[in-house]
Amino acid sequence: MSTTTPVRTAPEGDEKQPAHESSGRVSGGLFDPAQLVKSLPDAFRKLDPRVMVKSPVMFVVEIGSVLTTILAFKKPGDWFGWTITAWLWLTVVFANLAEAVAEGRGKAQADTLRKAKTDTVARRLTKDGAEESVPGAELRVGDLVVCEAGDIIPGDGDVVEGVASVDESAITGESAPVIRESGGDRCAVTGGTKVLSDRIVIKITTKPGETFIDRMINLVEGAARQKTPNEIALNILLASLTIVFLLAVVTLQPFAIYSGAEQTMIVLTALLVCLIPTTIGALLSAIGIAGMDRLVQRNVLAMSGRAVEAAGDVSTLLLDKTGTITYGNRRASEFVPVKGARQEELAEAAQLSSLADETPEGRSVVALATEKYGLAERSDTDLTGAEWVPFTAQTRMSGVDVDGRKVRKGATGSVIAWVEERGGTVAPDARSLNDGISQAGGTPLLVAVEDEKGPRVLGVIHLKDVVKEGMRERFDELRAMGIKTVMITGDNPLTAKAIAEEAGVDDFLAEATPEDKMALIKREQAGGKLVAMTGDGTNDAPALAQADVGVAMNTGTSAAKEAGNMVDLDSNPTKLIEIVEIGKQLLITRGALTTFSIANDVAKYFAIIPAMFAVAYPGLDKLNIMSLHSPQSAILSAVIFNALIIIALVPLALKGVRYRPMSADSMLRRNLLVYGLGGLVSPFIGIKIIDMLLSLIPGIR
Amino acid sequence: MSPVLSGVLQFVALFAALALVYRPLGDYMARVYDSKKHLRAEKWIYRLIGADPDAEMRWPAYLRGVLAFSAVGLLLLYLLQRVQGALPGRLSLGFHSISPDQAFNTAASFVGNTNWQSYSGEQSMGHAVQTLGLAVQNFVSAAVGIAVAIALVRGFARSRTSNLGNFWADLVRGTVRILLPLSVVAAVVLVACGAIQNFAGIHEIGQLTGGTQQVNGGAVASQEAIKELGTNGGGYFNANSAHPFENPNAFTNLFEVFLILVIPFALTRTFGKMVGNVKQGYAILGTMVLIWVGFTALMMWTEFAHHGAALQAAGGAMEGKEQRFGIGGSSIFATATTLTSTGAVDAGHSSLTGLGGGIAMLGMMLGEIAPGGVGSGLYGMLVMAIIAVFIAGLMVGRTPEYLGKKIGTREIKLAACYILITPTLVLGFTAVSMAMSGPPGQILNKADGSVLHSGAHGFSEVLYAFTSAANNNGSAFAGLNANTPWYNTTLGLAILLGRFLPMVFVLALAGSLAEQQPVPETAGTLRTEKPLFAGLLVGTILIITGLTYFPALALGPMAEGLS
Repeated sequence: MSTTTPVRTAPEGDEKQPAHESSGRVSGGLFDPAQLVKSLPDAFRKLDPRVMVKSPVMFVVEIGSVLTTILAFKKPGDWFGWTITAWLWLTVVFANLAEAVAEGRGKAQADTLRKAKTDTVARRLTKDGAEESVPGAELRVGDLVVCEAGDIIPGDGDVVEGVASVDESAITGESAPVIRESGGDRCAVTGGTKVLSDRIVIKITTKPGETFIDRMINLVEGAARQKTPNEIALNILLASLTIVFLLAVVTLQPFAIYSGAEQTMIVLTALLVCLIPTTIGALLSAIGIAGMDRLVQRNVLAMSGRAVEAAGDVSTLLLDKTGTITYGNRRASEFVPVKGARQEELAEAAQLSSLADETPEGRSVVALATEKYGLAERSDTDLTGAEWVPFTAQTRMSGVDVDGRKVRKGATGSVIAWVEERGGTVAPDARSLNDGISQAGGTPLLVAVEDEKGPRVLGVIHLKDVVKEGMRERFDELRAMGIKTVMITGDNPLTAKAIAEEAGVDDFLAEATPEDKMALIKREQAGGKLVAMTGDGTNDAPALAQADVGVAMNTGTSAAKEAGNMVDLDSNPTKLIEIVEIGKQLLITRGALTTFSIANDVAKYFAIIPAMFAVAYPGLDKLNIMSLHSPQSAILSAVIFNALIIIALVPLALKGVRYRPMSADSMLRRNLLVYGLGGLVSPFIGIKIIDMLLSLIPGIR
Repeated sequence: MSPVLSGVLQFVALFAALALVYRPLGDYMARVYDSKKHLRAEKWIYRLIGADPDAEMRWPAYLRGVLAFSAVGLLLLYLLQRVQGALPGRLSLGFHSISPDQAFNTAASFVGNTNWQSYSGEQSMGHAVQTLGLAVQNFVSAAVGIAVAIALVRGFARSRTSNLGNFWADLVRGTVRILLPLSVVAAVVLVACGAIQNFAGIHEIGQLTGGTQQVNGGAVASQEAIKELGTNGGGYFNANSAHPFENPNAFTNLFEVFLILVIPFALTRTFGKMVGNVKQGYAILGTMVLIWVGFTALMMWTEFAHHGAALQAAGGAMEGKEQRFGIGGSSIFATATTLTSTGAVDAGHSSLTGLGGGIAMLGMMLGEIAPGGVGSGLYGMLVMAIIAVFIAGLMVGRTPEYLGKKIGTREIKLAACYILITPTLVLGFTAVSMAMSGPPGQILNKADGSVLHSGAHGFSEVLYAFTSAANNNGSAFAGLNANTPWYNTTLGLAILLGRFLPMVFVLALAGSLAEQQPVPETAGTLRTEKPLFAGLLVGTILIITGLTYFPALALGPMAEGLS
């Protein structure tokens, strides 16, 4: 079994790998057989015909069950009638159970959320600036409320004054507090979260009852679940197949009477239930709920099932460079010495100059020196008497003076000026090295030293955007799936091109403005493509709304969250790729089980038709290729198989079928083999085994 | 040469001939329907009927054209039969007017491209009805079928429009540029091989045994040509293509099968051309060919199987088959005619072996799609492709799409309605007919005593009749006396509903598809031009049809054939 707790990647947690385990993939959540028992009461509650009618196939089975119950009561001594009746009811209950189990998993999560939503008392600011206490439920859009350390934020809104650290673990599960401040892209706060420090004034932007947490509860509980377009279409197909089989069975009676083999209503009902696509009919809604659930497990909230389906169809992915393709910050990748300087000398100087540098760049220089150049680890506290020179906007350098040595690293112009000022020599190739790195899309940092040999330039640190590991493979997989990746960056085209090539994306958009992004989306959509993107800023909102799948980061503004159709609570843009995979897996599971369900029918005919008519036409016994024990046991076996297969497939429906990125062709071949051929063959085996077991029971003829 | 080898060689020759004309004919038809120019003769016709051939039609308008034209044809043909008794001389050949129920049945049958015949041609229809009525409908009902198929193809080929072309232009072009010229050539070949073509009266001929026999003349060869080319199947004579005037020898037999199959197969090329991807056409063709070859092989196998002394002596099940065609030629003909909604017969289908009759029936039950009737075969197959794409397409992890068009709620609704129609008609009417009949062993159909046999064979006769009518095939199992008010009326209704209701859904589907913006193909798209998809399509067709009709087939042909 795989993860129940998703890999949470904090927005700043650029050191961690993206949530990408080759084994875990999009396989879903845990399935615990105990859940079946726990959901049993719900399954019985769902027998209400007003609920059942939503699934046309299972509704027909329920009507059939009622019918056979009445018939069984009329002939109480008929064990066959009672057994069929019992198994028909079980078929309906099993179907409800599948749905109840799928919903049950959301319910637990909803309960946790409800706890966060305890009725809060809001401190509303009146027009004259005074505070009044009102229940959170009475807040209106536009109200200003005050929250101080320890307060629960009463509703969704934007910070208009102040800055505070907020504990959002109630929603995201992430315990590290986040900073919320007025203005900019970090102003959105969510009702139900807790202010840990300071004081902020919040302008309420959502009506009570429609807040983010309310919507989340509805979503995970499945209360807001609407059938998605593809699910509706599939339901129509299943309903029409049901009609075809209803017709085949209803018209069979006159044919049977003519042939001198009139059938009982119980047998005809059993035949009908076996033929109509009960397997997929029973599991269809569970598959949909479980698909949404798999997203929730990954801390992604889809505001509509439609968006999840669209994710499977996406053919263009817009990925922000920073945070998605590369780590958030530039990192040192190489030390390049000038002519006449030694590599070790440069590395040592670079390390020394950066020991006290707490910027990500500085830390990456220290890390590179130890990891790649094998220098011993040192820390700034090891050096006594060292005088650290911090980076300032004026000097544009940092470094250290220790034991008579001065080491500096910094912007090329400043470092050269520093060396020349002290009468030192600047190696002739320093500038060309510098330009080479710039042109390759990197950032050069010059390292210089002044010691007994005088001031001189040692070499250059190559800082560059580091592409996250495994991205190239990921993009190759996406390409195989027919998905084009476009990198979005504010960098100049030269830098963008270098990173795009390194990461292996198909295309890039450099110096991108929100308008450019929007234009790109529209262009792709005009060609009939479906576009997915992530975004967090207010200026991303129009593009998020325009995209077919717009994933807003939870750290983003309310405008962005409103515009997108999904919210990633972990604010990890790499997750977009997983969302696409979950969407695909949802559709594949539906298709696979539909194929399986229809293919199953062939075996059932071979069990039931000879059982019904071999008396009138002995030749038809040749169709009894499973050589089933007796007509009754044959029909019963088919009905029992039909019911049990539903329970057997519940884990598959909840987890989703195994999914690996591959081309459509190989995927179809594989799934046809497993679910088409498997669906054709397995019931022959299953029915035969059940029949053999039944024949052991004394009294069954 | 053994009869089996001769059968196989005939089939190979047929296959080669069809392969030879596939591309030129398919390309030609694509040009005909894509062309912007009108022939002079066509312009005259447009002026006569007051149609503007360049006006684009939305799907409801197209449908109105189809229905209005067919309704007028139905009425004219009905009236012509009803006034036959008043027509002079050769026009009526002295035959009486046809009774109302039979006239309705015949009119529905010919307008619906079915050509179910509850009458015996040489004993009831004069030259006027045959030539002005039946032969005309043989042309135009076929042209209507092709027109509807072309409209659906345009639905796939076009995007962001609601225009599907012009029905009148498609109708006239199909008749003038495709069916007429091909028929002329075919008729000449048939005449050259011995089929008759005249307006002679009835001759009384002395028989060898001393009795006399009445023999009609008639414009037989010309009607025979369009009967096969337009997958109509209504014979000039009661014996249909078993009659030597219609089908004189083994060569004409094979030639007629060729005529039956040539347009439906070539239309897949037209389809590929018009949607701009001939490979898509090949996949559909491959599906059709696979089913056709499989069914022919099965048919030959059951008919050549020697059970019992009589069959062994004859080298197979020769009862009801013509000596000059043999089992091979008859099996090829029977399979082609039932897989194409033609319904012409060169042997008694009631005399096929039990399983052979089942294969003929199953061929029709597939919905006449392999390769099916002219036009109707293509649109029927495309609807099945939509169903297959929808089920299997999900398994590649995308919302299903076919030829770049998404198969959404509306499309699946229309396709589902389409596939519901014929099973409803076949099973519904058969069930009511059987409920009216008594238990086995008695004279059946107490109402009118029309079923000749009892038991499973008797049931097969009725099932075959409604399968044939609702699928617009028109062939008869024989044995059933269908010229009763009950059968004339119900079969006529089955024909009309089985022909025109599907067209409503096909045209609505075409309209819905044409409005869509195409989705570009990527590596994630289901490749519908690959053999894998063709195989999948065959599987979908066989399973869906098999599941629908299995119980009925079990009680008819299977009960008979397995005993």
